[in-house]
Amino acid sequence: MSDTAKPDPITKVSIIISKGSLEGIYPGLIMANGARAEGMEANLFFTFFGLDAIHKARHDHIKLATVGNPGLHLATIAGGIPGVSTAMTHYMNHKMEQLDIPSIPEFVEMIADTGAGMYACKASVDLFGLEKNDFIEQVQDIITVGEFYEIAAGGQIIFT
Amino acid sequence: MTSTTVAGVTVDRNDEGFFTDPDQWTEAMAPELARAEGIDEMTDDHWRVVRFMRTEYAQKGTGPTVRVLGKTSGVSIKELYQLFPKGPAKVAAKIAGIPKPRGCI
Repeated sequence: MSDTAKPDPITKVSIIISKGSLEGIYPGLIMANGARAEGMEANLFFTFFGLDAIHKARHDHIKLATVGNPGLHLATIAGGIPGVSTAMTHYMNHKMEQLDIPSIPEFVEMIADTGAGMYACKASVDLFGLEKNDFIEQVQDIITVGEFYEIAAGGQIIFT
Repeated sequence: MTSTTVAGVTVDRNDEGFFTDPDQWTEAMAPELARAEGIDEMTDDHWRVVRFMRTEYAQKGTGPTVRVLGKTSGVSIKELYQLFPKGPAKVAAKIAGIPKPRGCI
């Protein structure tokens, strides 16, 4: 093997979104969208609180975590005051809008339009007492972990 | 950077195949560049996107991302991926002879 040998490019990714906060959802969406833009096959798998990103009634109300989020450099007690999370979320959304980063509902729809697959985790759907109808139409199916691994076969898996 | 011949003309491209000097590009090169990307025929819609890439690059010094293309080119995201399955902004930039658009979204 020579020093100049280039590693094989990534051709397929499966991205798991497991968190329901603003900062928990965006990275996975950005990676999925970026993968499609590079011509990779991409699938998104939403599990646990990550399901909120595709939940019809909730995906437009995703909040930034202001408690238990040291990266925010805000005292925990301040982050817990009613309204702080809403205000910080509003501020963050405003900043993102200025940078032309789409809102979560718009972003999810856009990623579906790129041809990425979207799936909800069956165990979490059962746990939260949800059904297919609770999710946006872009969600193709509610699948088991085994089915997820089948879909993810031959690609990289990214957990967020 | 390597020199290659496209439509009978010698041009400079980087390792990924993007033109390093967009001024070396001519429309006559597009069909051959497209074929190398698996696009057998440049339809009117392909041309629309490729010309849009050129215009945006000329105006802003950088090619648009897929999101920007979807919002401003008049071609939807769905259609863009049908036209350029291997990545609309990336492949259209390659065919349009401009550098790879940089942008995360």
